[in-house]
Amino acid sequence: MFDVLVIGGGHAGCEAAAAAARRGASVGLITYEPANVGQMSCNPSIGGVGKGHLVRELDVFDGLMARAADRAAIHRRMLNRSKGPAVWGPRVQADRSIFAHAVQTMLCRTGVEQIIGEVAELLFEGGRVAGVALVDGARLSCRAAVIATGTFLRATIHIGELTQQAGRRGEQASLRLANQVRELGLGQGRLKTGTPPRLDGRSIDWARLDEQPSDADDWSMSALASDPRAPHLCCAITRTNERTHDIVRAAQDRSPLYSGAIEGRGPRYCPSIEDKIRRFGDRDGHQIFLEPEQLGTPLVYPNGISTSMPGDVQRAFIRSIVGLERAEIVQPGYAVEYDFVDPRRLRSTLEVKAMRGLFLAGQINGTTGYEEAAAQGLTAGLNAAASARDLAPVSFDRRTSYIGVMIDDLTTQGVTEPYRMMTARAEYRLALRADNATSRLGAAALRADCVGRERAQLINEHLSARERAEFAATAEGQADALYAPYVERQAREWAAIETSNVKSIPPEIDYASVPGMSKEMAERFLAVCPETIDQASRIPGVTPAALSALHLAVMRKAA
Amino acid sequence: MLRFDRPASATGEDLVELHCHGGRAVVAAVLTALGEIDGLREALPGEFTRRALEHGRLDLTEAEGLADLLEAETQQQRRAALAVAGGALRSQVEEWRTRLVDLSAQAEAAIDYVGDDETDLDLVALRNQADELAQEWRAELLREGVRVVLAGPPNAGKSSLLNALVENDRAIVSEIAGTTRDVIEVPIAWDGVPLVLVDTAGLRTSDDIIEQIGVGLAQRAVEGADILLWLGNPTAYPTHPKCVRLHTKSDCHENTSPDILAVSAWIGEGVPELRRIIVEMAKSLLPAESDVSLNERQAGAIEQALTALAGLPNDLVLIADELRAARTSLDRVIGVAGIEDVLDALFGRFCLGK
Repeated sequence: MFDVLVIGGGHAGCEAAAAAARRGASVGLITYEPANVGQMSCNPSIGGVGKGHLVRELDVFDGLMARAADRAAIHRRMLNRSKGPAVWGPRVQADRSIFAHAVQTMLCRTGVEQIIGEVAELLFEGGRVAGVALVDGARLSCRAAVIATGTFLRATIHIGELTQQAGRRGEQASLRLANQVRELGLGQGRLKTGTPPRLDGRSIDWARLDEQPSDADDWSMSALASDPRAPHLCCAITRTNERTHDIVRAAQDRSPLYSGAIEGRGPRYCPSIEDKIRRFGDRDGHQIFLEPEQLGTPLVYPNGISTSMPGDVQRAFIRSIVGLERAEIVQPGYAVEYDFVDPRRLRSTLEVKAMRGLFLAGQINGTTGYEEAAAQGLTAGLNAAASARDLAPVSFDRRTSYIGVMIDDLTTQGVTEPYRMMTARAEYRLALRADNATSRLGAAALRADCVGRERAQLINEHLSARERAEFAATAEGQADALYAPYVERQAREWAAIETSNVKSIPPEIDYASVPGMSKEMAERFLAVCPETIDQASRIPGVTPAALSALHLAVMRKAA
Repeated sequence: MLRFDRPASATGEDLVELHCHGGRAVVAAVLTALGEIDGLREALPGEFTRRALEHGRLDLTEAEGLADLLEAETQQQRRAALAVAGGALRSQVEEWRTRLVDLSAQAEAAIDYVGDDETDLDLVALRNQADELAQEWRAELLREGVRVVLAGPPNAGKSSLLNALVENDRAIVSEIAGTTRDVIEVPIAWDGVPLVLVDTAGLRTSDDIIEQIGVGLAQRAVEGADILLWLGNPTAYPTHPKCVRLHTKSDCHENTSPDILAVSAWIGEGVPELRRIIVEMAKSLLPAESDVSLNERQAGAIEQALTALAGLPNDLVLIADELRAARTSLDRVIGVAGIEDVLDALFGRFCLGK
């Protein structure tokens, strides 16, 4: 009997398993292929604007990603340095194999047991998760389970006219579990994401390209000092041109995006090159960052040209680009389509509202990105342990963390395209900086009792340092002072919301019978089942009339 | 007798309207008869509107417009209230919001898509566009202010007095060139009371005629005045319910009449006192603060949005934050909200992402 079983060994699954174990749970991690645990399946980078904030936040809870990224970093850039410190975005290129190895090592140290196999179905008992059955017939019992299957549910890969059932190139999709998720009424639809072709760096003419050096100063993702660092490499920049665009345009009818083969919606903020050319036909070029994937191998990730065009078209358009005239494709780009779940079915702990003990984390909830997945994994893991061992749940709120912003967005708004973190989503952005994560979340991390001794000491030292006058001279202290008047204004706004939060909506409310509530509005509320009027007010498409009708109904009920 | 079945009635409930023949006696008799029915009572103030709101027959801005309409006493107020009830306010606010969302999208793209070569932001242009919006809001807030007309013969010192009155308040003065000839209207707010100071300089037809016809012609010039400041002959002044007689240029000529306020635009004598008098009178003219097309809540929200946009800082992140604050305030007027609109504008406009 495990306290917590985690299905999937990607970024969400690893963080979930490790977080649950840090809270004292006995944890099993079920994966097809142990060698792929902690794998970066797409771009070889961690962090960025908004995403870097998430990584710093999960680091406070002793999450794995920040430390693994430091260990594997081969190029670092603090993005947005010319702008205010609130939006600085730490981003590193990470060596794939060092990163995965670092994650696996840390996971091992937490005592998580790896189980090789494919989950066929979840087992329930009295409305509560009781275990899982594997395809080989084995049964494992547990008190709580986390599904972190990423893109693997009913996954289909597209390369031009070719399609195959696969969750990642060379790895099988998960069909039986996908069927069960649909049967449980959780499935919402299909989403799509893509990845560019990988190039052989030895065939790239680096001399013709602009170099992008790593930052000179030494910063790290994690607040804890890391082990020895990997050597640093340079990235380079090139761009597409009219000839590239002509080649892509001429082959449009061979793209699964436009032939109707792909039904899932892809992210607007991470469009394929064919989408960029179609939607922004007037642009004469699009930037490409050439990022080395791994020390000791020539693999290069051309960031900016994700594509699902046929292999010959990929080769032709790649070779039209300056510096890539003789480039060899090692692995073609592809699109992957997968089932996702309506995250409005989840609580803020990422537990399925209707199924106690069942938690969902990562791309299955409609997000994209390693950092988004990892942050959800942390949340699901901490709370799965709570559910199994009767500990206090851990929730994040919009005011103190990007994790809170993301989870509130997901559970309140739902998704129609893969959700990516952006600082624009955080209304308390000035207070949520990448440099003050320990100040914001340190106390919560200690309360959750999920951090090691070293971290606990660091948090305590940091919190007491804040009390001292010298703190004002530190970078964090100066940033605090810079934003103080704005943060105070936001604190007042928050206080106003808190007052309205008192008006919690009784869960048994019958929206259809609220006077003046149209059927459509009742359905919107029902899809989310908001817990407060404040949360209800953020549900998209809700009219002021519906909101005031709900407000009045709740007040009448309370009276 | 007219019967309206729910939910299509005005309040969303079953409704009966009794139309009776004119005459107080008939109405009184009907009311008495109704009063004898058990469980029947007169509606509380605003109860019909409230019920319509509760049943989703009105949205918040419409309901407020209706409330203003029911309270409106003057023709002008009624027009303003009708515009709100008809959704004019909503479409105006939506237009502002679209522009604001576009500004936000520019700022957010530059923050979240650093390194994308097309998000280089022209901060000056962004601030200028924000300024234009702020100007419009400022004008809107003050547009329906109490009209204070300065009248009197030429050289009475009207323009000087007007300048003296607004001088110290430059920061919140928005000078709108008159559309009609050269009448100058200066919208301004003192103590939160919206005013429009009107200089009638342009009304001079001929000095002689004004002097001759005196009161008669000035009467027409001050027709639209809510408060009249009379700077002419203290004994021959136009009939007006709110007339303040002034002895101007008090630094040159001794004021002989104790019940006439002496002012000097030159040395500032009497100017603060005059402001106080104007505010007092204006307050008495605005019974329910409903003389403006925006009610208190709406004006408050737009004023907050204005505060956010006025004097934007020089830092992109702070600008983005002020734009967000302004957006949130506007949302409070019409109730729509969401970052999705900003993201839609952002992705529709820029080719972003890798």
